Amino acid sequence: MKRDRSFIKEVRERSGQNIEACYQCLKCFVGCPLSSYMEFKPNALIRMIQYGEREKVLKSHAIWLCVSCMTCGARCPNEVDMSAVMDTLRELSIEEGCAYEAERNVVQLHEEFMRSIKMWGRLHEATFFVAYMIRTLDLFSPMPSGLTLMAKGKIPFIPKQMEGIEEIRKLYEKAYKTKGQLEREE
Amino acid sequence: MEVSFYPGCTAHSTGIEYSLSLHAVFDKLGVKLMEIDDWNCCGAAAAHSLSNLLGLALPARNIARAQMRDLPLAIPCAGCFNAVKRAQYALLNDPDMRKKLEGIVGFKYRGDLEIKLMHDVVLDQVGLDRLKSHVKKPLSGLKVVSYYGCALVRDPKVVQMGDFENPMFLDDIVTALGGEALDWSYKTDCCGADLGMSHGKIAVGIADKITGMALEAEADCAMVSCGLCQINLDMRQSGRNHAKLPVFYFTELMGIAMDLPGRDEWWDKHVMNPRALLESRNLL
Repeated sequence: MKRDRSFIKEVRERSGQNIEACYQCLKCFVGCPLSSYMEFKPNALIRMIQYGEREKVLKSHAIWLCVSCMTCGARCPNEVDMSAVMDTLRELSIEEGCAYEAERNVVQLHEEFMRSIKMWGRLHEATFFVAYMIRTLDLFSPMPSGLTLMAKGKIPFIPKQMEGIEEIRKLYEKAYKTKGQLEREE
Repeated sequence: MEVSFYPGCTAHSTGIEYSLSLHAVFDKLGVKLMEIDDWNCCGAAAAHSLSNLLGLALPARNIARAQMRDLPLAIPCAGCFNAVKRAQYALLNDPDMRKKLEGIVGFKYRGDLEIKLMHDVVLDQVGLDRLKSHVKKPLSGLKVVSYYGCALVRDPKVVQMGDFENPMFLDDIVTALGGEALDWSYKTDCCGADLGMSHGKIAVGIADKITGMALEAEADCAMVSCGLCQINLDMRQSGRNHAKLPVFYFTELMGIAMDLPGRDEWWDKHVMNPRALLESRNLL
């Protein structure tokens, strides 16, 4: 296994979190609602960052299964905000082109969500659901809930665009650093 | 009494009954909700998962819109509240980020915008005493677990909502409405957020665990204040291992206690129909 000794420095600087402070108390692991589905638990990810296991970390399912509930960071005795670390790991994983490898559907779900915001300024669920299903061919997960919500009249068909949509698009140009990802897909 | 108001995307779709009940309740309490002009999506979980900067810039634009008025900003959705608070925290505590955000959004952050949850408005501005004076139909005998989820209470240094392991502010509202607020251990566990779209099975497991624990605490229903929490619990609980639990927005329970009209329309929007429960307690 090739070790990348600069990895810890990069994660520390980008996330603003003191990765070295972790003494493996496992509070983050125990409190995490998704840890039983993760191949590397939050505390293990921290240790792997310390070891410089860049590739393994950035290609993991775990970083995309994290839903940023922030239980880990709130309970950490050393004030390591693991959800900020996770955000950094996800950004790096996208930038290095390995995000799709582990959790294609989760990443594309986020991308389609953000595409909807770029289009309308606010979320339009109907087109968002359909775009996600077409792109991932994942029908099983969203279909039952989509139909249930539609039957309840909770999914408006006609989208409503906000007036200042051009402002939002300009904001994307300046703030959405990984937009190359979206455009490559188009 | 007036507050600035940021409804968020779910107000007209998946959280429509929250919106309907909220407007009915605050209208009756005499709080005028002044919607901020041309607001945008806060970015939810997707923006910051892809780009930290985008996840702060989108809510920062709403802060820019809100500070045009000299009123506190009230937010019903826990997810929106959390995103806006995170942007405000960055604006207040990270000078480099503040410069970046001000440049991207094209505004100057004044630093004095007060950001509140809808129940803050009930607790601080209306007050529980005045709320009690509006109660016509106390929720007697209704056992309620308050479900706070993540975004109301974490990150504690950002949202500053007090005790993040055992918050009580929703329970206090239940008690004021005459209901029985139950103690339980899953108040601040995560509902699974948007994982339901890509990992349905995981989301069902989480919803079952939370509703199961509520039933074990002998609850009749759960009370939430977030569109995503409501959908995830109400719609994804499978009913395989235990009975299904009705999941109310806190404004709906307020609406019942205040005996407001038009409630039937709210119940139509629920996946787990709460009518049988309400009928059995004479609260329909």
